[in-house]
Amino acid sequence: MAQAAAVAKQPAPPPRRRGSATPRRLPYLLIAPAGLLMLGFIAYPVLSVFYYSLQDYNPTKPWRNGFAGFDNFVHAFTEDPQFWDTLVFSAKWVVVEVGLQLLLGLALALIVNQSFVGRSLGRAMVFSPWAVSGVLTSAIWVLLYNSQTGITRYLADMGIGEYGTSWLSDTSTVFPATVVADLWRGVPFFAILILADLQSVSKDLYEAAEVDGASRFQQFLNITLPHLKDAIILSTLLRAVWEFNNVDLLYTLTGGGPAGETTTLPLYIANTSVDAHNFGYASALTTVAFMILLFFSMVYLRLSKFGGGDK
Amino acid sequence: MITKDIDTVAPAAPAPVADEPPRRPRKGRRAWDEAPRWQIYLPLGIYLLFTLVPFYWILLFALREPGSSSLVPWPITFEHFDKVWNERSFGTYFENSVYVGLATLVMTTIVALAGGYALARFDFKVKRVFMLALLCSQFVPGALLLVPLFQIFANLQLINSLVSVIIAETVFQLPLSIILISGFIRNVPYSLEEAAWVDGCNRFTGFRVVVLPLLRPGLIAVGSFAFVHSWNHFLFALMFLSNQEKQTIPVGLNSLMSADSVDLGALAAGGIIAAVPVVIVFAFIQKWLITGFSAGAVKG
Repeated sequence: MAQAAAVAKQPAPPPRRRGSATPRRLPYLLIAPAGLLMLGFIAYPVLSVFYYSLQDYNPTKPWRNGFAGFDNFVHAFTEDPQFWDTLVFSAKWVVVEVGLQLLLGLALALIVNQSFVGRSLGRAMVFSPWAVSGVLTSAIWVLLYNSQTGITRYLADMGIGEYGTSWLSDTSTVFPATVVADLWRGVPFFAILILADLQSVSKDLYEAAEVDGASRFQQFLNITLPHLKDAIILSTLLRAVWEFNNVDLLYTLTGGGPAGETTTLPLYIANTSVDAHNFGYASALTTVAFMILLFFSMVYLRLSKFGGGDK
Repeated sequence: MITKDIDTVAPAAPAPVADEPPRRPRKGRRAWDEAPRWQIYLPLGIYLLFTLVPFYWILLFALREPGSSSLVPWPITFEHFDKVWNERSFGTYFENSVYVGLATLVMTTIVALAGGYALARFDFKVKRVFMLALLCSQFVPGALLLVPLFQIFANLQLINSLVSVIIAETVFQLPLSIILISGFIRNVPYSLEEAAWVDGCNRFTGFRVVVLPLLRPGLIAVGSFAFVHSWNHFLFALMFLSNQEKQTIPVGLNSLMSADSVDLGALAAGGIIAAVPVVIVFAFIQKWLITGFSAGAVKG
């Protein structure tokens, strides 16, 4: 930055209008590759999902293929209890995951924002699961939760719980077990974003509050939290969408089981299209998922002040 | 944006610090950034236990002998690595994953650089539409588009070719990358480029000589993110690559996990092979991550 500023001062600024010497086509040429890729591999697939949602389409039962109107939607909302179950589980999953990730992430960010010995090492270790993939997270937690040599065995050695317990295959423990596994990877996301935002809080404000006799908790409530508000809202929203769409971890850790106990809507869609080849019905379910996502994206665009903010 | 804030705050900071010492003894009160040590180390220690035990667990299983239930990986054996690399074809998977990761990195960076430059430096008719498309497509999950994407790649005869996975990974990586890069470019003063044109550069050489070197930290962050993301991502490879010769590391890990009797040692060794490149990249980009990321992603 300093180098940039130095160079900027040297020559007298040319009396040239911005972009005046540029062919009008240039910006279009520059966005063309990105635009075409996104049209072909995002926009077109989305439209084709809408199209297939109104069709009976199953490659393994070609004799039934054809226009179906809103039959797929009617079936989902009135005749498919599993659809409602997955919808309810999706909501539960998103609320619990995002809520806990936000709270723990905020606490963690506040801690590693202090100055202490070993801070950079501490930060690196605390943030490290962020980069671990969903599949690898599953692998790690399968090792931890396995009934023979997992953590329960060593807990049983210490007299806690019973030998041979498998948290992932018991319907009463599978939810907290998967939540913890995903928290392990998800908390650093919030911690990183919140820490970044914490660094731009003016120290003067704390000094002033200190002079006025505000306690540390009051300082947090009246200075830190208002400053973080925007970052928290936006990252919560993005994370909610991300957790809703998160298929990797659940697919590999539980496969949606036991007994459909951990099946989110996107996972149900993947199973319906991959295993059952019921593409028409899967497309209708996808359309429903899009409507939910659309709602979230409207809120996001509103809050990120699109329209005022872009220059 | 964040760096700017820090720049403007920094010069003001030394002054208040100077008159701080006289205040300190007052009733044992501490400044905000001087919390009692135990309030830092105790929660941090507990959290680190939660973070590090799983890592230790996978190392333990990968390094200790089959059938052992010791909590210390001693004597160390590399039997599991040998088995996974050679018998379970992780050698091939690794090669495929590297290929997909690097190709995605290069494609994403180049395409996003072009798009980001256009957004940062020009006003043009479809700009708002393009921005809106970028923001909205972050909400479209690849997982929900598996079927139509499969059909497209089948029509293009790209099923069972790594090209399909590279295209899909790049496409879903683009929106965020473009937004981030246009933010980085906006931070480089336009007058620098104009000065280069006066000195006889055209737009492209001006960009290459003046802007590109300043973008390096940002490009490293975006490129590494594209690499890590495609390295980690699982569903596209699972769907588009049915031939075992073509599969990637995450698909290999999944097949180890979904086997009837899971070979835990092999799974642990496979997991470590999957983690190594990511750990290296992560260590490398960490210092750019915190400023670079939030500046683009959250602040828009």
